[in-house]
Amino acid sequence: MSDLATTTDAALMSGPPGYVRKEPIAPLPPPRSEAGLPGWMRQNLFSSPLNIALTIIFALLLVWIVPPLVKFLIVDAVWDGATRADCLARPDHPVMGACWAFVKDRINFFTYGFYPIDERWRVNAFFVLLAVGVGWIAWLDAPYRKLGAIYFFILMPVASVVLLLGFPWLGFTRVSTTQWGGILVTIVVAAVGIVASLPLGILLALGRRSQMPAVRLCSVVFIEFVRGVPLITVLFMASVMLPLFVPETWSPDKLLRALVGVALFSAAYMAEVVRAGLQAIPKGQIEAASAVGLGYWRTMQLIVLPQALRITIPNIVNSTVALFKDTTLVFIVGIFDFLKTIEAARTDPTWATPVTSTTGYAFAAILYLICCYGMSRYARMVETRLARGDKR
Amino acid sequence: MTTLEPGAVTTPPKPPLIYNPKVRGIAYQAVLCIIIALLAWAAVNNAAENLARAKIASGFGFWENTAGFDISQTLIDYTTTSTYGRAFWVGLLNTLLVAALGIVFATILGFIVGIGRLSKNWLVAKICGGYVEIIRNIPLLLQLLFWYNAVLKALPGIRESIAIPGGGFLNNRGVFLPQPLFQPAARWTLLAFGVGIVAAFVYRTWARRRQMQTGQQAPVLWVTLGLVIGWPLVVFAASGFPVQFDFPEAGRFNIRGGVEILPEFMALLFGLVIYTAAFIAEVVRAGILSVVKGQTEAAYSLGLRPGPTLRLVVVPQAMRVIVPPLTNQYLNLTKNSSLAVAIGYPDLVQIFAGTVLNQTGQAVEVIAITMAVYLAISLVTSGLMNLYNRRISLVER
Repeated sequence: MSDLATTTDAALMSGPPGYVRKEPIAPLPPPRSEAGLPGWMRQNLFSSPLNIALTIIFALLLVWIVPPLVKFLIVDAVWDGATRADCLARPDHPVMGACWAFVKDRINFFTYGFYPIDERWRVNAFFVLLAVGVGWIAWLDAPYRKLGAIYFFILMPVASVVLLLGFPWLGFTRVSTTQWGGILVTIVVAAVGIVASLPLGILLALGRRSQMPAVRLCSVVFIEFVRGVPLITVLFMASVMLPLFVPETWSPDKLLRALVGVALFSAAYMAEVVRAGLQAIPKGQIEAASAVGLGYWRTMQLIVLPQALRITIPNIVNSTVALFKDTTLVFIVGIFDFLKTIEAARTDPTWATPVTSTTGYAFAAILYLICCYGMSRYARMVETRLARGDKR
Repeated sequence: MTTLEPGAVTTPPKPPLIYNPKVRGIAYQAVLCIIIALLAWAAVNNAAENLARAKIASGFGFWENTAGFDISQTLIDYTTTSTYGRAFWVGLLNTLLVAALGIVFATILGFIVGIGRLSKNWLVAKICGGYVEIIRNIPLLLQLLFWYNAVLKALPGIRESIAIPGGGFLNNRGVFLPQPLFQPAARWTLLAFGVGIVAAFVYRTWARRRQMQTGQQAPVLWVTLGLVIGWPLVVFAASGFPVQFDFPEAGRFNIRGGVEILPEFMALLFGLVIYTAAFIAEVVRAGILSVVKGQTEAAYSLGLRPGPTLRLVVVPQAMRVIVPPLTNQYLNLTKNSSLAVAIGYPDLVQIFAGTVLNQTGQAVEVIAITMAVYLAISLVTSGLMNLYNRRISLVER
């Protein structure tokens, strides 16, 4: 390098330069555009050989799954029909698709089970009451939210029992729970689970953080025991052991037993969710509360729980999603929930076709997906809303 | 009334005992204990009365009685004349089998999807995200019923079995695969495998020590692979491939020979793996995101290449966040395997809390044993994971 430099320097000094470039070098072509669709694709899909391979593999996967699914669920589907023959393959309809006619035909069964047809308006009224309650609780800027909580946790449950079970004194005939079924039962189980588990879970969480060893021990044993066993065994316990533990004259009905099982199970999980929220409250808050002379319950009610529950809302909703999915398990102890009605309808010979099962399951999956996805979106929305306060 | 001298020390009047927080606490706890004791006493009393009325025996005497029912999948010898105790072990082993396989596959799939969700490749990230969102929001029971009733049971019957390349069959009674039968000479391969593992450990320790002392690296991965896989293969070839396959043969009504994998087992495994993998993917994603970008950049600035950066800097720190929730997912998978009862896979719940309970009627004992098993699995697993967690957790001053 240095040799070359010295020789050129010497050459420059000794005489006229041998060569001087007169015109500028042609500019390099601009880098490939990163804007627009091609640029975006180059960056996000084809940036390296590995990425190209991955893109091709995943695109093939997509092509393998999505078009047949759309074809089955929509293109080849039978939307109207009265009998199973409409859904079978015929010369003018050679490929069998989803048999939505079957779902249409059985939708009342899926919703109400064996609830007497004349009384079904009561179920609808219950759905409306529940929707109002959920809306009131879930809308964070709703007016009179305290009243909403009273409505959701006290008024609505009482009104629902009167409506659904019947109350001859008010002119509602009794409808035995063995006649309940379908979405009604699924929603009842989920609603009872959440309405009972939140207060129980708060008590258990407070018990677990209590100063009193006996209270703490009882809470820990209950929570860890329930969380250590599958829900099915809890439901089995509720359905076969509970009748043994109470006097014979009580003989709790089947649905009530399952509800007890679900409530206890979800209370244990809720307790852990609430405990996480309680732990996030700095000790100074409790000390400040006792400095102003508040007792234990008033401290909890006025200072700790409002803050703790507020930050736990996303987790509470997430555990509600889990609870909603877990309600399907009551089907195993013989309760006629939504999934059980699907099972019963799909094995019913009047609609027996090769596609009935798949259609039934697809319908159930779509319904559960909408509900659970909606709830988890809500949880995420609340989370970002709560995080907004901490942002600078 | 006595007048108080200024400066005299007076003891304030003692407050009544009920205002003493300690006394109150003890009183509350005593009340709680009494209530629980009363409830327990009432429950036991009622149970004794109800059982006596229904003429149901109590105690664990049934354990030695003849079961008298058949089980479709048994890992240990079992016949209809075996005892209930034997049936219990069959069920427990079936549960453990599906849980262990499920954990392995769900971990693999979950890590792939979780990492894929963070991929820079838009398509990969979106598909992995869609997978997680869809699978997580559909109940597991529904997925199991779908796999069992709509997919596996809808396969063609025995006579129209689908042939799997390599000598297997697939039909609505399950998968039939060739069964490898090892001859005595295969013992040497097993021995070589054991020796290979020990040698690999020794080599790794040596390589590490040398790197610490001299800074020279040795190719650990390739040597380990060679010792654990290559060396046994060489021995296997040298001893003359001591293995024969028992191929399944399709008859008119039955398939003879080979290994049979039940559709119930496959549906359960499929469902559990696909469902749990979605949750594991989220755990993995959260773990990787928890390692701040500065760590990667710092590693690059020290001159580490992307591979070692991932292996030495990112993954160890991510594992710290991943392990506790991952353990929870493993426990969930084990507990969820009890949904086998819905599709008839003979697991612990189906055999014990189902058939045995119905035959003996001894609800209290049977449910207590079943719950105790799951509780023990949970406690042991979380105990082990806590140990591991303590080893890898951040050591602070």
